[in-house]
Amino acid sequence: MEILVCVKRVPDTAENEFELNSDGNDLDRDDLVYSVNEWDNYAVEEAIQIVDKVGGSVTVVTVGDDEAEEVLRREMAMGANNGVLLADDAFEGSDGKGIATILKAEIEKGSYDLILTGAQADEGAGQVGGMLAAMLDYPYASLVNKIEVDGDAKIKVGREIEGGNQEMNEIELPCVLSIQTGINEPRYVGIRGIRKVAKVEIPEKDAGALGIDASAVGEAGAKTKRVDYFVPDMGDGAEMLEGSTDEIIEQLIEKLKAKGGL
Amino acid sequence: MTQIFAYIPHKNGAAEDVALEYPEAAKKIDAGASVTAVVTGSGADLDKVAGDMAKIYSEVIKVDNAALAYPNAEVVRKALTAILPANAIVLVAHDTFGMDLAPGLSVKLDSAYAADAIDFEGVDGDALKLVRQELGGAVSTHVTTDISAGAVITIRPGAFAPVDGGSASGTITDKSGDAGDLAAKRTFIEVVEAEVGDVDITKSDVLVSIGRGIEDEDNIEIAQELADAMGAVVSCSRPIVDAKWLEKSRQVGTSGQTVKPKVYMAMGISGSFQHMGGVKGNPFIVAVNKNPKAPIFQVADVGIVEDILDFMPELQEAIEDL
Repeated sequence: MEILVCVKRVPDTAENEFELNSDGNDLDRDDLVYSVNEWDNYAVEEAIQIVDKVGGSVTVVTVGDDEAEEVLRREMAMGANNGVLLADDAFEGSDGKGIATILKAEIEKGSYDLILTGAQADEGAGQVGGMLAAMLDYPYASLVNKIEVDGDAKIKVGREIEGGNQEMNEIELPCVLSIQTGINEPRYVGIRGIRKVAKVEIPEKDAGALGIDASAVGEAGAKTKRVDYFVPDMGDGAEMLEGSTDEIIEQLIEKLKAKGGL
Repeated sequence: MTQIFAYIPHKNGAAEDVALEYPEAAKKIDAGASVTAVVTGSGADLDKVAGDMAKIYSEVIKVDNAALAYPNAEVVRKALTAILPANAIVLVAHDTFGMDLAPGLSVKLDSAYAADAIDFEGVDGDALKLVRQELGGAVSTHVTTDISAGAVITIRPGAFAPVDGGSASGTITDKSGDAGDLAAKRTFIEVVEAEVGDVDITKSDVLVSIGRGIEDEDNIEIAQELADAMGAVVSCSRPIVDAKWLEKSRQVGTSGQTVKPKVYMAMGISGSFQHMGGVKGNPFIVAVNKNPKAPIFQVADVGIVEDILDFMPELQEAIEDL
């Protein structure tokens, strides 16, 4: 099975405290720690496990700049066979459809049976996989937490739905699936693994190489645009307990007693 | 006049709560908009939901087809693409079905797409301004989307004030005949119900709920000891289940259990809306998190900025000394 996994370099929510810049309209990006989008690691792990079972290869692709190459290398250190970087100044400012349009162009140059994305990334929209599938006229399933490969024409997929239930579907290949966290346990990538792939050539393709009309992507083609970041007025929020730990605990215990917690 | 269509998710003959929230969302987009409820499904369940919607919406469109009996996003997308007029503005709930349906629908309708809106700030020319969150709720953003050729917009369930059940008598239009070919490349097989765990977190009045702040599987014992001292049960957020440190039946959230405790101790939980969506009944929420900017502090009653790994044993000891 030939599998393509779409990945993204994102600010790491576990490693950063997000602050606005001095103008108050963007994140203060100077000291942000970036990593591969958490969901994408699960997608790459799933792809590797499928290929281990039935054969084939895993290619990881990202739309980004030179710095995005590091996430491709990380996923190749996990075990992905190939990486492709789609980079062009014209891609800057793309909305979800722009990104899906760029990915579609790359997919049509290959011959993939299965295309995986993370269920969502930093923007929390969860949009690219579904758009890509519709553009390619491939079937799609989102929030996939189980994949059973038992044939060349169809696979079985489980989707996570409300209440912890799982919806089982049969889906024709080729298809696009967005992968939910928890579907597997992504393998650890050590320094040695990264070193092994440090020199592997990663091809880079621009709008011309992909045959993309630059006005259809990037800022020019985007119908949906972020205007600014802001800190909403939260009203009162929580009553913050302050003082020494002993003082805090004393206050907390009184409150817990009053509210039925003790 | 802006024409807005609201896709009504439903189960067992009852519309989901978001059906009562679309009218407020639509009003915030354009106070003068006409809002049409769109219900797809099959048979008596569909008729029941369409009838209920006619009490709230002046216009209801229903599409009845055996292929729509279970909401398969690919089939629903085909039906909606066939029946919706050009340049429609379509509202869809940002739930597990909406995420399956909406992005592809916007491609097929060739319209703009915006996901997970929590507020709207009106239309300026062709640009609809909306509010959403990024980075797991850590930051908010304003986004504009060009609605001149229509738009598909998902709204966060619970973000807009519900209208009353209503007693209007709307018109139900049957568009079943216009739905066209509903053959799909994806077929629904079955729903596998969540496994029942050894502990029922939904029955406990006090929950000590742990998130990423627990850092290591071995530290779960610390939370368990605090819970024991409080006569509470340990629950958790999604990352703990993803890491396989606790079973799925302990997970609180829209993709886990819905709990209604009296007291909810959120220990090292950032407080994403997916997690808080599983906390109902207005409990007294205590949040302990070493990050003073954690979104949980916006929804908690009491907040404490400390490392839970230090704080929980001290709290346990103090409680045991009472």
